[in-house]
Amino acid sequence: MKVKGRKIAIEGNEAAALALKQVNPDVVAAYPITPSTEVVQKFSEYVANGEVTTEFVPVESEHSAMSACIGASAAGARVATSTASQGLALMWEMLYIASSMRLPIVMTVANRALSAPINIHGDHSDAMGARDAGWIQIFSENVQEIYDNIFQAFRIAEHPDVRLPVMVGYDGFITSHSEEILELLEDEEVKRFIGEYKPKFSLLDINNPITMGPLALFDSYFEFKVAQAYAIENSLPIIKKVGKEFGDLTGRYYDVIEKYYTDDADYIVVAMSSTCGTARVVVDELREKGEKVGLLKIRVFRPFPLEDVVDALKNAKVVGVLDRSMVPGSFAGPLYHEITSGMYHLEKRPVFQPYVYGLGGRDITTEHIKGVFEELKEIEKAGKPKGLKYIGVRE
Amino acid sequence: MKLPGWKELVETGPIIKEAGNATEYKTGDWRTFRPEIDYSKCTTCMFCWLFCPDSAVKFDGNKVYIDYDYCKGCGVCAAECPVKAITMKEEQK
Repeated sequence: MKVKGRKIAIEGNEAAALALKQVNPDVVAAYPITPSTEVVQKFSEYVANGEVTTEFVPVESEHSAMSACIGASAAGARVATSTASQGLALMWEMLYIASSMRLPIVMTVANRALSAPINIHGDHSDAMGARDAGWIQIFSENVQEIYDNIFQAFRIAEHPDVRLPVMVGYDGFITSHSEEILELLEDEEVKRFIGEYKPKFSLLDINNPITMGPLALFDSYFEFKVAQAYAIENSLPIIKKVGKEFGDLTGRYYDVIEKYYTDDADYIVVAMSSTCGTARVVVDELREKGEKVGLLKIRVFRPFPLEDVVDALKNAKVVGVLDRSMVPGSFAGPLYHEITSGMYHLEKRPVFQPYVYGLGGRDITTEHIKGVFEELKEIEKAGKPKGLKYIGVRE
Repeated sequence: MKLPGWKELVETGPIIKEAGNATEYKTGDWRTFRPEIDYSKCTTCMFCWLFCPDSAVKFDGNKVYIDYDYCKGCGVCAAECPVKAITMKEEQK
């Protein structure tokens, strides 16, 4: 069955708060930080107005926010929180505990640059800093996707075979503060879609007492880690299934990647989050001129959908990988590393060109992306890549 | 105790479901040296029983003996024995 929802104009952060309101989690422990302040602000308003029955825990730092979420989730509650940048960085040690204890916490992250120099605008440094923490990471291109991804995140996180925390990322200020049209789901539909949460294990289940997160030394720790890695790899088909189910409900289908004219493309740009919207415009424009260009959008970065990515890129001639974060001391960004090493075993593979762009919220325009496609053609003629290129930086 | 493989841990994660199962964890395998009591010298003065930091020296009402399931081979008993009845011997593995 397909639903035609009501449409409203709303900012990204408010859409995230609205989605959380419709989910009505048992516990939200959060600390506001730019650019996701409004999520916590708006949500606490819902709590104060009695529009949700959530236990809201106003903590004194993000470290405590994540700790409280872990405690609540271990007790068997449906839990959500929200953060960004330094806040996510302060949660770092707790992120690992949330994922390895297999606690299905949902967190919205308005991706923002890390200090120094202090900067409040969007890039992916914070998410990439947490990329090895064992969280499922989903990136949202626009306001509608933030809203949709949050509902799917609860379904994925709480799936009995997954039971892992999920980060729903969106570009700070670019998506978090832009007013866009949002097609709503009604509360009843949300309730039906996410269902009731039945925790597999709960510290409050006095009939089945358990110990969570005990000591495991060199004779057991490794096995626990392998089991955890298996759980996150195994979540890929479940993420796909949930995306399809969401599509059946709303008409908006989601996959782990999105192939935009990549099937017959010679030149492909790979990007994440809001930049995909910009790149799409360029691809449309160049396609009208008959150029064989395409865009590969990575929606799910962890677990990395390697098979899908390889399949989408293997026939291209040159691929430009756009990273919105910096790895100082390395020769490219994390997305480039992930994709190129995953394609290495192929007999015939495209030439890859690494780019780093948009740090600290630096704009990336359609002109920039046209320039990237031009450069990809030059690289094809030269037969080899140029080494890491920065987009839109003054020399 | 047979340690589980990773496949058995996917379902649960790091959770202990039964109470008091620490007794199944024989910490004796940490040992590199084992204390051995020479009963011809032992006077049952109970110093080793008193000093053992892990309560791995047991007394059966008649003589002291070492519980090798839990003795970690620290050597405190041998050091404290006033008649030098305890010697530390390297474990043969």
